[in-house]
Parts: sequence; structure tokens; C-alpha cells
Amino acid sequence: MATLNIEPNIGEADDFYEDLIDMHRDLTSEQSQLANAKLILLLANHIGDLAVLREAMEHAREGVAGTQAA
Amino acid sequence: MDKDYQKLVFEYRKSPDQGRSQPTRHPVIVVGAGPVGLATAIDLAQQSIPVVLLDDDDRLSSGSRAICFAKRTLEIFDRLGCGDRMVDKGVSWNVGKVFFHDELVYTFNLLPESGHHRPAFINLQQYYVEGYLVERAMELPNLDLRWKNKVVGLAQRGDGVELSVETPNDTYPLHCDYLVVADGARSAIRNLLGLTSKGQTFRDRFLIADVKMKADFPTERWFWFDPPFHRNQSVLLHRQPDNVWRIDFQLGWDADPVAERESERVIPRVRALLGKDAEFDFEWISIYTFACLRMDQFRYGRVLFTGDAAHGVSPFGARGANSGVQDADNLAWKLRLVLNGKAPDALLDSYNDERIYAADENILNSTRATDFITPKSEVSRTFRDAVLKLAKAHPFARRLVNSGRLSVPAILRNSSLNTPDRDSFAGLMVPGAPAADAPVTAEGKPAWFLLHVGDEFSGVYFSDGSPLAPEVASALGGLAQGAIPVKPLVVVPEGKGARLSHGLSAIEDAQGTLAQRFDAYAGAFYLLRPDQHVCARWRQFDPARVQAAVARATCNA
Repeated sequence: MATLNIEPNIGEADDFYEDLIDMHRDLTSEQSQLANAKLILLLANHIGDLAVLREAMEHAREGVAGTQAA
Repeated sequence: MDKDYQKLVFEYRKSPDQGRSQPTRHPVIVVGAGPVGLATAIDLAQQSIPVVLLDDDDRLSSGSRAICFAKRTLEIFDRLGCGDRMVDKGVSWNVGKVFFHDELVYTFNLLPESGHHRPAFINLQQYYVEGYLVERAMELPNLDLRWKNKVVGLAQRGDGVELSVETPNDTYPLHCDYLVVADGARSAIRNLLGLTSKGQTFRDRFLIADVKMKADFPTERWFWFDPPFHRNQSVLLHRQPDNVWRIDFQLGWDADPVAERESERVIPRVRALLGKDAEFDFEWISIYTFACLRMDQFRYGRVLFTGDAAHGVSPFGARGANSGVQDADNLAWKLRLVLNGKAPDALLDSYNDERIYAADENILNSTRATDFITPKSEVSRTFRDAVLKLAKAHPFARRLVNSGRLSVPAILRNSSLNTPDRDSFAGLMVPGAPAADAPVTAEGKPAWFLLHVGDEFSGVYFSDGSPLAPEVASALGGLAQGAIPVKPLVVVPEGKGARLSHGLSAIEDAQGTLAQRFDAYAGAFYLLRPDQHVCARWRQFDPARVQAAVARATCNA
């Protein structure tokens, strides 16, 4: 069974990051939320493997809900 | 001219059971003459079990209520002898459209293949469904339908149930071996027994406006998310017979359920959809909320709960009445075998297990649809809108759009009544699946497979059309002679209408569709339950294995 790849996997890491931020250019916060949601759905469909997606969701949630406010 | 089923009043008649010195004992009493109670009572009576059906009212459903009746339900109505009337009157449909804002995002077809007797759905007002079932019930001399008979007391003894029944004349006692409860979401019997149906209530309100008008919308299910004429909420438009259209507006939790029912509030909402000059009359206006609930068990001793009394779902998906009729389909043959001493009482536990499994599937599907239609958080709404925005251009996103996952029967994969496969088969007809339909030729005339199986166990033998070996013919013929008879049915290729010995009958697989849907080639044998579900299958017919599978499917193993 496939598992989530958490090793470095994007060759042009800085380019990707710049493009990701750039995707949100001139968007309101609400519009950005929508764009992010669309992006997640597109990527999730590309991955297609529910076990991998669940693993990614667990990583994404990690340390978020339990974080104490400063 | 149709009868006005909404205005029918059924006459209360005094029964000979009233005023007897000793309470009369009946094998089965069914409480509630809605679609589920009627289906159960008809099924039992057709199977030669005398049945008393009690209803506390003397009228059919008030308002259209359930309007979508699914293919599987129609197949059950066929078995109950009233499928044609339903389909002739109903509006058949297979296609749904989903809109977001003012754009069509996608179209779906619920029955993309041909070769089925019944459409994916018909729309038909509940009072017609109940009216046709009542008329069918009245044809059965061993079905005693008693209007204005209200159960006001109930006690379970070890070997039966004792009721106290109130009528316009008196209150009289009535005993039965088994009680089937089909008295709806607010089940009085459930309350009498101190039982509850538990689950999740949704904080949302919906308005049903059934309007009568001449309109040229196609016969499709149209669902809008956040349309310009009803901002931030959803709307459903659906056609019923008699030029009646179901319009369902989501209102939100804060809507005032009393004020929103007033026609001066409803008219502008309908005009916003239909245009300001639209002419229409209201048939029925209702505000509803809903919950996804079920009882912990559907069987309590000799009391069996069915339909909305046992489980409740949100309306998106048409899984309420449809699943209730499937409860009836599942229960009747089991009750018959138990009452006739052909199966132990434990067979009724399988009703509990199989229909709880189905109820959970329905609840899961309808909860998911509700969560999509009524997002519970901002981020949930954002994802919902993202899915809808992507759906127009991207097929993958269409599968995520959920305006209701429309009723399909549960596949009872894990039922203890199934004999697990020992041979390998492809396709959908796994043990536990309701049998697929296919066009066949019977006695030289076009017919349908499902009209030839059911009521009894059926043994479907696929032949290549060459004469049957005498020992095969004899063993197939012998199936009908067992303690629990299995009705043999030989399937031959088109044009091979074989002459058969041993009282066997054959149907022709008109286009090879049946063999294809069952992944069957010559020699394959399927055992179907009286409710048309597959319970065992083999690549080769072996009468000893068939006997063992029948024993297993009736808890006689």
C-alpha cells in the first residue's frame, strides 16, 4: 500500500512556493480560501489513494487543534 | 377521471372480534396502513398468512409527502400485484440536473443502461401509492383492514402479543403471534413500549410548496445550490402527476415555521423561481425539519418495527418510504416460514440484522447529503462551493457533488443467510444483492426476469439450450418438492425455447443480458430468496449444495 511521501520531492522548491503564494495574488481572504479548497480537491483527486490522503490529513491537523494560545 | 384519493374516507366497520367473550388470536397484526404497513400486509396475505391491518385513521396520506419511488420499490410492488398501476400513473424519470448559482454544473442519469422493466424512479404522490395499495389489499380475502382501530395498550407475553384496540364503538382486546409496527416516525407503539429512535437532528428548515400549474420543465430532478432566486439556500424542483410540481426551498434554522407556511410568504418565493407572471395553485404547503434516527433494535421479542417507526432519514435521497417498503419485502417471507413452522424464530433476527445494516447505509448516505446541502461551518461551505465550481469543467468533482444519493437497495453482503461463494464470479450479483432485472421471453412473449422469481425461493439454472441431462432435469424438478420448495427456472439462449420434462419451465434470455448481468454461462445456478435477493450461486448445479444453502437461508442449518 502506498504511503504519504514526506521526503523532499519537489525539485524546484522555491519556484513552487513562489507560485503557491502567487496563486493568491489580489484575492481577498475569502477568495483565497476558495482557491485553496479548489487546489486541495484537484491535488486530492490526482493522488487518488484514500489511505495516502488520510495520512496527509492527519499530518495537516497535527499540532493545530491542541495548540495553546500564547 | 381519477378518483380523488385525497378525499377518500374509509368506512369503519365493526369486526366480529369486538364483543367476543375471549380475545381473538391472529397470526400477524400489522399496525399502520401507510405504504410500509400495507406492503407488509399484502405480502403476508399473498403468501397465505391471514393478516389484520389496523389503522387509527380513516384516510390516506394528507398531502403528497413521499413522492419518489425507486426502481427496487417498484419491483416489490410488481410482486405485490400493483406495480403497473403505480408506474402508469407515476411520472418516470432517470435524469437529474444540478445547478450552482445560475449555471448548470452537471447532469446525471440514474439508469444509464437499458434492459430494465422499471425506471430508476417514478414520482407519485403518497396518497396514490397508499390508495393503490389499499385497493390491492381489498382484493385479498385473508387481509382484514380495520380503519379507526387505534392500539392503546400492548403487553408482550412469552408466546404472543396482547393488544387493546380503541374504536368508535368500544375498546376491545386482540391477540397475535407477531406484531408488525408500521405506524410512522412518531410511532405510538414505540412509545407504548417505552422505546426510542435515536440519532442526529439537523438544524435546518425546509418549505415544501406543491403547486399545480401548466409548465414545460422537463421530467427531471432539478437541484439548485445558491440560485439567484433564493440566495444562499438550495431549491429542488420535481414533477408529479396531475401537473403538480414539488418545489422544496431550504429556509435555514432561523425561519419562522408558522409564518413561512402562509401563502403570502410562499407566493413570492415560487414567483421568484417561476417568473412573476406564473399562474399556479397550491396543492400542499408544509414546513419540515428532519433527523437521522434509528431504534437500537428492530425486533423486540414478537414485536417487529419497520419503516419510519424503526428508522428516519433526511428526505434527500428518497430513502424513507423506499427503505420501508424494503423492510416489508425482507420481513414477510420470514414471518411466513416461522408461522408455518418451516423455520425457527431465529430467522426473524436476520430481519433485524439485515435491515439495521440497510438503515445504517441509508442514514450514512442521507447524513452526507445533508452535510453537503447544509454545510455546518464556514470551511465546509467553502469546500462545498469549491466542489460546485470545479464540477462544471472537471468530471472528478461531479462525483463529490451531493444533492442526495438517491435510493438504491442495500447489498446484504454480510448476511448470515448467504452461502459464501466457492466459485468465482464477476459482476454485481454477489450473495446479498437484489437480483438484477433483464428482458426475457416467456411462452413466446416478451417479459421480464424479475416477474418470474420471488414469493418462493427460486433456483435459476442457466442452460446452453441443449436438452437437459435426465439427472439434472430430475434434480431441478425435485427442488420444488422440498420442505421449503425452490421454484426451478431454466434460462436458455434466445430462440432455444426448450421442451422440458419434470414440470420445468424455461425462459429465454432475450439478448443475453441476463447471463451477462449474472456472469453466468451454461451450468451456473443461482439461488434467490423469496425477496429476490441472491443467497447462493455456483458454476455447477449440485442439489445437495442447494439444499444446504436453503437451510442456511432459513436458519435451518
